[in-house]
Formats: sequence, C-alpha cells, structure tokens
Amino acid sequence: MNPDYRELLALLAPECAVVLAAFAVLLVDLRFRGKRTIEGRMVLGATVLTVGLGCAAALLFWNPVSADLLGGSLVLSPVTRHLKFVLVALSIVAAWFCTESAFTRHVGEFMALVALATAGLMFLVGTENLLVVFVALELAGVSLYAMTAFDKRGPRPAEAALRYFLFGGIAAAATLYGFGLLYGLGGSLRLPVLAAALAGRGGDPLVQAAIVLVVSGFGFKIAAVPFHLWAPDAYEGAPAPAAAFIASGSKIAGFFVLWKLLQGGLVGVAGNAGWKSMEPGWLPVVALVAAASMVFGTLAALAQTGLRRLMAYSAVAHAGYALLALAGGSQPALLYYAVTYALAATGAFGVIAILENRAGGDSIANLAGLRERSPLLAVSLTVFVLSLAGIPPLAGFIGKLGAFVAVSKLGAGQRHGWLVVVALASSCVSLYYYLRILRQVWIAPGGTGGGIRAGVAGWIAAALALATLLLGCDPERLLRFLR
Amino acid sequence: MLAWTIYISFAAAGLLLLLGPDNDRGARLLALGAAVAGLAVGIVGAIEHGAGLATVSRHAWIPGLGADYHLAADGISLVLVVLTGLAAVAGILFSWNVGYRTREFFSLYLALIGAVYGVFLSFDLLLLFVFYEIAIVPKYFLIAIWGSKGREHAAMKLALYSFVGSALVLGGLVAAHVESGARTFGLEELARHAYPASFQNWAFPVVFLGFAILAGLWPFHTWAPTGHSAAPTAASMLLAGVVMKLGAYGCLRVAMTLFPDGLAAWRGVFGALAVAGIVHGALVALVQRDLKFVVGYSSVSHMGFVLLGLLTLSPVGLSGAVLQMFSHGIVAGLLFAVVGRMVYDREHTRDLEELRARRLGRRLPFAAATFVLAGMASMGLPGFSGFVAELQVLVGAWQTFPAYAAIAGIGIVLGVAYTLRAIQKAFFAGDPTPATAPVPEEHAPPPPAITLPEKCGAILLVAVTVAVGLWPRPLIDWILPSFASSLFDGLRKGGGL
Repeated sequence: MNPDYRELLALLAPECAVVLAAFAVLLVDLRFRGKRTIEGRMVLGATVLTVGLGCAAALLFWNPVSADLLGGSLVLSPVTRHLKFVLVALSIVAAWFCTESAFTRHVGEFMALVALATAGLMFLVGTENLLVVFVALELAGVSLYAMTAFDKRGPRPAEAALRYFLFGGIAAAATLYGFGLLYGLGGSLRLPVLAAALAGRGGDPLVQAAIVLVVSGFGFKIAAVPFHLWAPDAYEGAPAPAAAFIASGSKIAGFFVLWKLLQGGLVGVAGNAGWKSMEPGWLPVVALVAAASMVFGTLAALAQTGLRRLMAYSAVAHAGYALLALAGGSQPALLYYAVTYALAATGAFGVIAILENRAGGDSIANLAGLRERSPLLAVSLTVFVLSLAGIPPLAGFIGKLGAFVAVSKLGAGQRHGWLVVVALASSCVSLYYYLRILRQVWIAPGGTGGGIRAGVAGWIAAALALATLLLGCDPERLLRFLR
Repeated sequence: MLAWTIYISFAAAGLLLLLGPDNDRGARLLALGAAVAGLAVGIVGAIEHGAGLATVSRHAWIPGLGADYHLAADGISLVLVVLTGLAAVAGILFSWNVGYRTREFFSLYLALIGAVYGVFLSFDLLLLFVFYEIAIVPKYFLIAIWGSKGREHAAMKLALYSFVGSALVLGGLVAAHVESGARTFGLEELARHAYPASFQNWAFPVVFLGFAILAGLWPFHTWAPTGHSAAPTAASMLLAGVVMKLGAYGCLRVAMTLFPDGLAAWRGVFGALAVAGIVHGALVALVQRDLKFVVGYSSVSHMGFVLLGLLTLSPVGLSGAVLQMFSHGIVAGLLFAVVGRMVYDREHTRDLEELRARRLGRRLPFAAATFVLAGMASMGLPGFSGFVAELQVLVGAWQTFPAYAAIAGIGIVLGVAYTLRAIQKAFFAGDPTPATAPVPEEHAPPPPAITLPEKCGAILLVAVTVAVGLWPRPLIDWILPSFASSLFDGLRKGGGL
C-alpha cells in the first residue's frame, strides 16, 4: 500500500492548522514576552489561537466529508467533521477563559498545549485504527497533564497533575494491553475487521480480559467509577481553562472513541446486561460502571462545598448517564449528551474562573449575592446548573431522555430498565445539590463586594447558556448533525 | 388561539426581567395585563374551540423520538385553562403588595402560569412532561424567596417531592413509549395501543402515583400543607388552585387513558388512599392552630374527592372530579387569599389562638365576609360550586364503591366542622362585648384597610364560585362530551364509563 501523502496532508489540513496555530502562538508570545502584562499576552495568545483554530474550522468546512485512508487510520465522516467543529470551538472558548486569570507567566506554552490537546483529540475522533487511537490519546493526554500543572502558585495543582498523570499512565497501560489482546485475537488493528473476527466470541476469557482493560482505560478518560479518582483533584487544581477543556473536549472525544470501540470493534461481543438475564460481553461491564458512576458520583457530590469538586463528582455521575446512551446503541443520543454536557460544563467553569478571579474563590458559600453582583453570571450559572440537573426545556433534559429511551430499547422486554431506575433515582437525589447552588445564588442574603464585571469570559458563558437553552428547546438542530 | 395563553405568559415573564429594577408599578401592571390577556384569550379560545377534542397546533419537534409539539384541547382542558386564567388574575391582584424583588416575583409567577397552561393543552406526552417540569422550578423559588416561616425547608421539600413524582412519571412514559414499539409520544396514538396486562399492572401505579403525589394523594401529601403554608399568598393560591390540579389532570389524562387494565387492577387501592386522604386531611385540619395549615389540610381532603371521583370511572363521578378541580381551584385560592394576604399581611400571625383576641370579624369585616363565603363554598353548601362537584363525586362513588362513598361522606361532615371552627376562632371568637358596643380606643390600631385589588380579586373569585354553583351547566357541557372522545375508548372497554 502506497499512501498518497498529498491526499493525506490535504485531508489532515485542519489538524495541521491546529498544530501550526500552536507554533504561531508560541512565537508571537515569545516576541512580546516581557513587553506586555500577562493579561495582555493572554488576550494576544487567545486572539492568535482563535485565528489559527478559525482557519482550522474553515479548512474543516472545505474538506471532503467522507474518506477512509491508510487502513482506517484516518476516517472522515459527517459526524467526525461536526465533532471536530465542536472541539475547535471548545478550544477557542478555553483560550478566552485564560484571559480571566493570570495564573502563569508561560502564556504561549499554555496556549500551545491547548492547541496540541485539541489536535490530539481531533486525531482521536477521526480514526478507526487502534494504534492511532492510542497515539492520539497520548498526545491529548500528555498535553492535558501539563496543562493541569500550569498554575505554580501553590502545591495543589502540582499534586493534582501528578495524580492525573499517574492514573493516566496506568490507564494508558491498561488500554495498550487491551489493544494488544484485541490485536492478538482479531489479527487486525482496524475496528471493522476486528468486529468481524470477534463476533460471537463473548465467552472467550481473553476477550473478557480485553474488554475490561479497554473499558478501564477509557473509564479513566471519561471519569467513570472506579477510575474517577483523579477527577476531583484535577478539577480542583487545574487552571479553570484547563479544567473546562478536560471536562468538555476530552470527554466528547473519549465517549466517541469508546463508542467506536464498543459499538464498532466489539459489537459482536456485547453480551447482555438485562435484569436476571446477564450474559458475558462488554454490556454488563459498561452497565455496572454506569450504575456505579451515577450512584457514587451523586452521593459524593452531596457532600461538596466547593464548586469545582462538585462539578467533578457531577461529571462522574454524568459519565454514568452518557454510558447508558452508549450501551443503548444510540449514537445521536450519546453525542448529543456529550456535546450538551460539554457546553454546560465549560460554561460553568467559565463562571468559576470569573468567580475565582473577582470574587475570591469557588466555594459555594461564595456565590451569595451573585444575583446582585452580576445578574448575567447568575442567570448563566442557573441555566448550566438546571441543565446539568436535567430540567426541561434545557439541553440536559433531552440528553438524559435520549439516554433513557436508548437503553430501554435494548433487548426484549425492557430488561435494561433497571439502569433507568438507577438513573432516575440518582437524578432525583442530584437535584438537592444543584438546588443548593441555586439557593446560594438567588436566595442567600447579601454577600460582600460590588458588581463583578463579566468580561469576555462572562459573555462566552452567557452565549453557552443561550445555546444550552436553544438546543434543549429545539434539539433537532443539533441531533441532525450527529447521525 | 388557545396556544397564545402559553406564549403570552412566557413572553410577559421574559419582558418583566427587562424592566428597570425599580419599576415595581410597571411590573405589576404588566403582569396583570398578561394574566388578564391570558384569561381573555383562554375564555374566548375555549368558546371558539368547543367541547370536542381538536388540535390547536402541531409541529414535528424531535423526529428521532417521534415527539411532536402538539397542542390540543377537549372540554376538560378548557375548564382547567379557564381556571388557570382566573387563578392567575386573582393571584396577581392579591400580590399587589409584593415589594421585594417585584420583577422577579411576577416573572417566576407568569412562568409558572405559562407552564400550567402548557400542561393542560399538551397532547404529546413528552411536551406535557416538559411543561410539567418547567412548573417545578418557579415554585421552588417563589416559596424559598418570598415565603414566610420555614420557607426554605418547605420549598426544598416540595421540589424534591415534585421531582420524585416526575421521575416516576418519566420512567413510566419512557417505558410506555418503548413498549408500544411506535416512534411516538402522542397521547392519542399511545392511548390506542393495547399494552399487555402484565405491563400495565406495573406501569399504571408508577405513572398514577407519580402524578398523584402532586395531587396530594395520601400518604404522599405531606409536601402540600408545609408548602402551602410557607408560600407567599399568590404561590399558595396557585399551588392549591392549579398546581395540584396538574397532578390530578395527569392521572386522568395520562395514567388512566394509557393503562385502563392497570387501572382496573389498582382502582380499589388508590380509591382507598383517596378516601384516607379525605378523612385524614379533614381530621388533621380540625386540630391545627395555624390557620393556613387548616386551609392546607383542607386542600388535601378536597383533592381526595377529585381522585376518588376519577377512580369511580362513571360519567357522573368523572365530571364531578373535573368540576371539583375547578371548584377547589377557585375556593382554595380564595381561602388562601384571605388567610395569607388579608389577615397575615396585616396581623402578622396565623395562629388561631392569637387571632381570637384580635376580633377580626369587626376589624376586617370584608375579610371575614369573604372567608365565610369561601368557607361555605368549601363545605359544599348548595349554591356554591363545591356542592355540585362533591355531590356528583359522591353519587359516582356510591355506584362504584358504596363503602368509600359512606366514609367520604364523613369527610364532608368533618369539613363542615373544621371550616366552622376556623371561621369562629379566626374571626368571631374572643369578643365578649356585644356587637353593638363601640370598639374600645386602647385596642390595637386598626389594620390597613382592604385595598382595591384585594376586593377585585375576592369579588371575582366569589362571583365565579357562586355562578358555577347556581349554573354549572356550561362547564358540565364542556366536560361530559369530552369523555366520548376516542381517548377514553380503553376506559369504556374496561367496563367503566
């Protein structure tokens, strides 16, 4: 097989643009180092990155929609294209969130890492080859570990990053081991070939081992129980833009790749997770992980006093809901969930970034009086929180509904309904802590200090809130891009 | 045309937030304008629409799930839409004195009203559920921000109860959608589907219970008295007046039409719970010291009649139930208005023992008269709407469950007792001087006079309950033909109706 490099480069032009943007932002920042304030350099870096990533988006727009190159190493489809748009957009948002806080002197480096992580995630989304999946996973992962550690003003970020990195290393090893087993069993790194080779071998212990290894590797990526232990620390210690990107872009790509692995490569060994009718395969594993994530994430979030840790545990619960959509085999439902969750989580981190910068921290107690200090932020945060709680007409509700319907349709006689029961129960409990946030914003008396200027990040958050509302009222607007 | 009730309310809720922060007067007028417009549109639209089941508006919404934006109405919806309009207008008149965060108050209030209109007009189950849930959040804030003693606890309790209820409903709806195998959430389409009995036997109680929690079904009613008591006047009026009706409406519209076989199996159980609610609510109301709790528990008791009427499955019982929803909506609104706005906002106590000494019968004659009229309607005296409604429920129950009807009759007697007790203690007790003697000077200064908006609201509600009591025909002419539509085919086949 002789690859046509010109065609390859043409198809990879958007990713190349993202990498070039990383270099550009490094160079521009180098030029202005020491000549501008950190805030000024942040704005400059975000602008450069916006231009570069904007070019990438434009190239995505002009690129062919479908392609399959180099034995599945690069697979383009309308869905991957739309997901790449989303990733680029989230990356731009993360870059602008940086302008909220002068958490580092190394502006260019941080911005470059944002771009590199984005490139990694874009590769991840656009491949059906196990080896490329792994490499892209590492490119994105290493960038994210470094981003987490960027705030050197205290010991916590370093600790968080180390924890994230160590867990990530183990997860990567597990993933690689699982991939190795799959390769040995199926004789190919290509997912469609694997699917054909593995069909009907769900009882094979080696397949079982591979499934467990792969699910644990990706369970780390999407912060599902019991692979979530890094999440609270990373969400708490990372600079807000990094946390926003870990919570959004990294999640979307992680879910999409897990979807391709399980519903693509391992579709023949799904098994059955129905009540009293379990059969070996990946479905029981995913179902257990999902149920544990929903229950544990919800219960742990009840006890949190800081917004960031609360977001982390709520992310764990949400990973569980999204896994229901994955198990249910509905790609639009899964991706709708992941994308709308990403919007709400990013927006919430935008608000958190502003609060930390101008209101002295992310503790929930600190939200008192936000309605007077900044109605814009208060309303935006309310929308995000209600969407995460799954209140209609916000996007979070449609996402959950899609997941419930998908998993109910699985198998005969609604035997997977037990997952819906667990999900509904934890949704009810989760309402308590979401309402606690809203109570603090809208009801708690006073709070100190004057108004909070929302700034660019505030307006981005407001735009995300609007998107969350509109996509909830008219979900078809997004769903048709995800089929 | 009916759909505009929803749009007007939501649009006004949004517009209110754009008003200047200190423009309280503008906020009140805008809110009142929107509520009156909603009521007018509701009435005109209802008359134009007529009793038959017909679509108001239908568009594809989420094709992947088969959910449509489908608004439609039959006579039952019309009655409740008119009720919502009346309650909305009266509630705003009785909240004219809200001065704290006025814009937000009316904005949340109208959002709640819009959602309630939406529920009554939705004929797509998903859409209905969406409106149903939208109603929960404003309730929480209305109580937690503007409520009285124990408001945050009451608000959280109410929100969590509502959410558990709606989680049950959602679970049942998803199961019904998947079980039917059809790509639709349409009420009519799913009602046509014959679900297997084994499925109905668990789906019916789940969905019915989910809705009935909001209707105050005993023993899941405990959110209601605390919520009603802590809520600001307008919110209590809406909670008891229309929000509890959402629950009863859901029971009838969704649980009963979708799962007639499940209903047949569970009728006795839920009937017993309804009767238990009637008697328990009345007994507890009899011993309350807090006047607002008396009214709160009376709501539980009266909603028991609604649920009992629904479960009789006879045309007279069903029409009685729907009429009782209307009647209780008006009467409970009136009672809460007197207790919360006319008495509490002036006297700052609702404790019957403290009120005894204040001789409100003299000092607030308008409030006393209104409360007596409302009490008479609540007791079910002839000439008021409650009579027509509860009589029909009892007649229907007599045909189906004679024992339940007898016990519910006891509930009516108890209703007379607690109402008279409340009237006597709150307004006419502790006054040893003869009525002709002048009020002594040293007594507490006279409370502020009853304002014009209060009078308008009270007269509106009294007029409606008397009008319906004397001439229920128009409402019954809307309600009865509704049960002839194809929606209720399943119930007819099951031997009911």
